[in-house]
Amino acid sequence: MSADGLVVVRRPERTLFILGCVAMACAALFMLIDVGGQWDFVLPFRGRKLATALLVGYAIAVSTVLFQTVTGNRVLTPAILGFDNLYVLIQTCLLFFLGSGTVAGLDPRLLFGVEVLIMVAFSGLLYWGMFGGARRSLHLVLLTGVVLGVLFRSLSSFLQRLIDPNEFIFLQDRFFASFNNPDQELLVVSFLLTLGVSILGFRMLRTFDVLVLGKETAINLGVDYQRTVALTLVLVAILVSVSSALVGPVTFFGLLVSNLAHALVRTYKHALILPAAALVAAVALVAGQVVLEQVFAFDTNPRVIIEFVGGLVFITMLMRKSPR
Amino acid sequence: MIEAKNVTKRYGPTLVVDDVSLRFPVGGITSIIGPNGAGKSTLLSMISRVLPMSSGNVLVDGLDVVTTPGDELARRLAILRQDNHLTSRLTVRELVTFGRYPHSKGRPTVKDQEHVERAIQHMGLEALSARFLDELSGGQRQRAFVAMVLCQDTDYVLLDEPLNGLDLKHAVSMMKQLRTAANTLGKSFVLVLHDLNFASCYSDHLIAMRDGKVAFQGRSEDIMRPDVLRAVYDLEIAIQQINGDWIATHYR
Repeated sequence: MSADGLVVVRRPERTLFILGCVAMACAALFMLIDVGGQWDFVLPFRGRKLATALLVGYAIAVSTVLFQTVTGNRVLTPAILGFDNLYVLIQTCLLFFLGSGTVAGLDPRLLFGVEVLIMVAFSGLLYWGMFGGARRSLHLVLLTGVVLGVLFRSLSSFLQRLIDPNEFIFLQDRFFASFNNPDQELLVVSFLLTLGVSILGFRMLRTFDVLVLGKETAINLGVDYQRTVALTLVLVAILVSVSSALVGPVTFFGLLVSNLAHALVRTYKHALILPAAALVAAVALVAGQVVLEQVFAFDTNPRVIIEFVGGLVFITMLMRKSPR
Repeated sequence: MIEAKNVTKRYGPTLVVDDVSLRFPVGGITSIIGPNGAGKSTLLSMISRVLPMSSGNVLVDGLDVVTTPGDELARRLAILRQDNHLTSRLTVRELVTFGRYPHSKGRPTVKDQEHVERAIQHMGLEALSARFLDELSGGQRQRAFVAMVLCQDTDYVLLDEPLNGLDLKHAVSMMKQLRTAANTLGKSFVLVLHDLNFASCYSDHLIAMRDGKVAFQGRSEDIMRPDVLRAVYDLEIAIQQINGDWIATHYR
């Protein structure tokens, strides 16, 4: 191994280390700023918020990076498959058919389980059901996702027009969920699911690296392309459900995080790019939450900021054409 | 041995490859020639399982390419297609190391590293090995991809227009390297070539395709004939024997 080979390997790791330090600093700042003596209340309270932010950041970062690897496109997010819209539709249907009283009384874990199941089943359906196992192009799957996403959104807004305005406010509250009121049990379930996905994904890390070379080269190198893509889509679906269930749909955040991570570490190795993306997400969410609480005094919603910045980045990327 | 049986590719009503049955000779270089749209690349893609076929089957050493696990085939057969674009930044050495993936599953051993260095040397890429692929010229990138495929160290290597974008010097050296690999390592190459004279000078066996079918096949002297080439290309092509090679002059 020559010296130049080592430099290529070492630099992303240094970036990762710095990112890790920044993330820890942000977390410490978030936990310790302006505590005012009530440690026994503040620490667990903020700890839950922090855990939610980290989990959500991780889920969004990993799902977006994997989705972009599988599709070979850096401007896509899992939202294109209509996952966000499906989440909104599920919530709307529940409320429409059961009423807010029943929904509020439901065990959040049960609700969550059902949501995850539906979303995974949906991604499976997109992949296998629609095409009957026949080999079709991934782009056709994406296009179907786009069309179905529009269908879901139309259905949701149709149902939302029919329901009682009070119920609608209850519903809207769910879509604008924030880090401020995490459900502890939901957090545990989400954590376990994310852990499961991570273990599965960890075993596929090197396969993801090969997918970067494109479909044909991956097949040539012996990757079971169909199976890998299908499995990755399921993992992505689970992660998206986790983040949606905890804080609601966040479209642009993943795009932001994934591209920042790629710009920072510039490698094809998922063993490096995935942690980088997760750390960038953690820094962005936790620092954002500190600013939100300390500067804006909870006056604004983090989603508004994320979508605004994310939208700007997206437009910039499109203007600059096909980013690497 | 690679054997294609009744291989067909259909897009709607259009037949791109029409019921082709072929046995590719073991060892040496086999070149597929023919006009644009004859189905050469499509046939190569189907043989290498990159493209599903509409009907028929392909056996590699008796293994059906559709049902055999991908990683097992990847240790017997390698393919390089024409257009290779990447979304990530890779150095030449990183790309070539991917050629060892079927053997090491992403954890290259010392032996794998030796293979990588040898392939880099073979393709004359030593000076470029730490450069990023997007900083190379088309021909240099092409050589890097060929190095990756050679590094895979398979008995059968299929290359779709390997001379694409190469200057004369590198085209000649590429063909010589393939020739050496075929002679000394006993590998079998199947190439799609557009340059008739390269095909004629370096191939042991030529396959001429037209309209999705195999029109002719045989040794250079059987194929490099005005009447045969007229039937394949619809073009008057004069043939001359120069220093023992059959050379086509089709420029005027």
